[in-house]
Amino acid sequence: MLIINLLGVLLIAAIVWWFWLYTPKPTQSTSNQIKILVNNGIYQPSNISVSAGTKITLDFDRQDPAPCAETVIFPQLDLSLGLKMGQGNRIELPGLSEGEYDFHCQMQMYKGKIISE
Amino acid sequence: MSNKGKVKTQSFIIEGASCASCVNKIEKALAGVEGVTGVEMNFAQRTVTIDGDVNSHALIDSVKDIGYDATPMNSVSEQDALDEKAQADEAHYKKLMRNMVIALGLGIPLMLYGLFIGDMSVNTFNQRIGWAVVGFITLGVMIGTGKHFYLGAWQSFKNHSANMDTLIALGTGTAWAYSMLVIVAPNLLPDVARHVYFEASAMIIGLINLGLAFEVKARGRTSEAIKRLIGLQAKTARVVRNGQEQDVEIAQVQINDIVRVRPGEKIPVDGELTDGKSTVDESMLTGEPMPVNKAVGDKVVAGSINKTGSMLFSATHVGKDTTLSHIINMVKRAQNSKPSIGRLADVISGYFVPIVMILAVIAGLAWLNFGPQPAIAYAITAITTVLIIACPCALGLATPMSVMVGVGKAAEAGVLIRNGEALQSASKITTMLLDKTGTITQGQPEVTDISTYDQRQESSVMALVASLESQSEHPLAQAIVDYAKQRNYPLNSVTEFDAITGKGVTGTLNGEHLLFGNEALMREFGIDVSLAVVQAETLANDAKTPMYFAVNQKLSALIAVSDPIKNDSLAAIKRLQNKGIHLVMLTGDNEATAKAVAQRVGIDDYIAQVMPQDKVEEVIKRQKCGEVVGMTGDGINDAPALAQADVGFAIGTGTDVAIESADVTLMRGSLHGLADALAISQATITNIKQNLFGAFIYNVAGIPIAAGVLFPFFGILLNPVVAGAAMAMSSLTVVSNANRLRFFKANKTA
Repeated sequence: MLIINLLGVLLIAAIVWWFWLYTPKPTQSTSNQIKILVNNGIYQPSNISVSAGTKITLDFDRQDPAPCAETVIFPQLDLSLGLKMGQGNRIELPGLSEGEYDFHCQMQMYKGKIISE
Repeated sequence: MSNKGKVKTQSFIIEGASCASCVNKIEKALAGVEGVTGVEMNFAQRTVTIDGDVNSHALIDSVKDIGYDATPMNSVSEQDALDEKAQADEAHYKKLMRNMVIALGLGIPLMLYGLFIGDMSVNTFNQRIGWAVVGFITLGVMIGTGKHFYLGAWQSFKNHSANMDTLIALGTGTAWAYSMLVIVAPNLLPDVARHVYFEASAMIIGLINLGLAFEVKARGRTSEAIKRLIGLQAKTARVVRNGQEQDVEIAQVQINDIVRVRPGEKIPVDGELTDGKSTVDESMLTGEPMPVNKAVGDKVVAGSINKTGSMLFSATHVGKDTTLSHIINMVKRAQNSKPSIGRLADVISGYFVPIVMILAVIAGLAWLNFGPQPAIAYAITAITTVLIIACPCALGLATPMSVMVGVGKAAEAGVLIRNGEALQSASKITTMLLDKTGTITQGQPEVTDISTYDQRQESSVMALVASLESQSEHPLAQAIVDYAKQRNYPLNSVTEFDAITGKGVTGTLNGEHLLFGNEALMREFGIDVSLAVVQAETLANDAKTPMYFAVNQKLSALIAVSDPIKNDSLAAIKRLQNKGIHLVMLTGDNEATAKAVAQRVGIDDYIAQVMPQDKVEEVIKRQKCGEVVGMTGDGINDAPALAQADVGFAIGTGTDVAIESADVTLMRGSLHGLADALAISQATITNIKQNLFGAFIYNVAGIPIAAGVLFPFFGILLNPVVAGAAMAMSSLTVVSNANRLRFFKANKTA
């Protein structure tokens, strides 16, 4: 029983580490035009690093028909975009000052972040 | 409809264009495609616009041939995009329903077997073989009908995030994996725990597919308001070009085009009437039910319907610049913004799924340590049930769904709400400051009385006053000038003109010094007005604004101007008062006039002789007393006060209002729009609270029950299938509750 309890505690620790403590490496954008795939519950890439002050364009390619995926919201920028299926969903972001800017679906199941540095 | 003059325009996003020299290459390649009449590339935006009747695939191929990639942009109209979305939703709905039928087709018979025919335990070799077959069939059904959950869970996991898919995949996966363990290695488990749960996996997948299918349908209804607005947009316009009328696509109408609209047709773009007269139904934009008369020089807006006469108008705003487009954009943006009331739910849903996973582990350990035999079976049931019952979607949907319906509902009533925060603040207003002119009154003052006190004729007095006032921007000045113009009195140019804020104007004409204004102005210049004081008081008590006119330091006339009270102001003010809102009227008028107007509309609290800058002070003063202050004004003169107020309401007559100039724009000139705005915001916030309460309670009560906290007291441990049904229904309940708002009738609430 001791081993099972220990495994349980380790599992909890693993959950905490994997979902909360681990910081995934952001995708460095090479141009000011970034393509984001919306499929299977995630944005890909979801952590995007951009240069502060540069205008960027995000092109969302929505492959997931689930209603959760139909709107992307940038709460700090007061922007949103309805995503139609497929490509051609473009949003232009102003030059961002340094900081982190979230983007997510209405229910926050799809989540992403733009890191302006 | 004729397609004469039709030019197809397509836009593409170009990928791979890294240098400015690429532009020439791409433009050249596209221009070479047969049928292309014009190509323009925007390098900064990486977009290209192509004119000509050409197949889009030919254009994409030509770009690909030279090593770049092109994808079509949102060239489709909003209406087409909506139709496309409806089709995609319908296809998704059908797929979910099909998945549901297959999964329940397996799950229900299995469940019935377990309940009524045999048991689902694994004791003999034959049972192991039989259940193994069922196990693999279940796996096939799970993958076939729930692939999106497992893929989504895996992708999220790789991405260090977790969502609803994670919970479903883990829950159903745990039940299936445990069942297979029972079959493969029964000896590892005590006799009483050798039980399979394949029916749970199949039932849960089926029920969740069913819940999602219902949600797709219900969500479609939440965006009805925006669909209705987009549907107001005409597809073609009849434009007069080269002396001939031709139907062209709406996108091709240019500014200054002359457009013909016949009775019964939608007005395609914004414009100014150049010929003909008619009545126009603007109710779908403004909420104002009465059709509006239009004559040459009047403005017409896209989306309204021409009722009686044929007319020609010159296009002033086209495409994305029309009032209708601005309204659609504003409603869309507001529908996706969140009031702060939803912030806690947002924070919680950010951590929700991993917390539930931890709780599932804790529940499992608790059963293994303290549970009765077969502890492992109880633990597996509890783990599965906790994972399945938890519903982050209900929490996440609670606020946005209600905001979406509420903002749309408001737009139907001609109330444009800037964002969710304005909606929330509007629901809490305790004091409302109302600017008198244009809000309570029509804002179109008229000269009502003229009394002269020297040898001058009424006509020469009015000619002098109008000459002086023609240089003033005060709203009352227009009434005087209009009065003189209608009677063809000559207007002469005045020198040394000066406007003294809050008092009046002075100037010189033909060597005579002219003064026109209130008693304070006369006092400042030492003019004796005793002859007219009684008359002025009588006029003021009759809700008119008396003004003195003096020539060369002597009183010449007393002129009264009256701004008629809007027909429905009294009723609307009653509605606001019935809501318990304290109303304050602000006006630049003198005390007696202010009092008379306030009395007529039933407002006890009023402030007279308010200078424009005082309005901001008044807002601040009330805010300091702890009041949540709303300010209603015309949105232009009152802009600072509207900005300072907790919620600023800009009121416009018809569609002639600066949209986005305030937190809330009332398209209808009536104060009923204000009462509607407050009623809708209160109803929406109440709806959000119900949703949030429901979603919180569901999770806060559901998860512990699923974990088995009731077991020690009542012997109750939830079946995972029940949890699946509850979970599927919880988010559907939230969306359905938000949809109830669609039937809310603002004017029935007071």
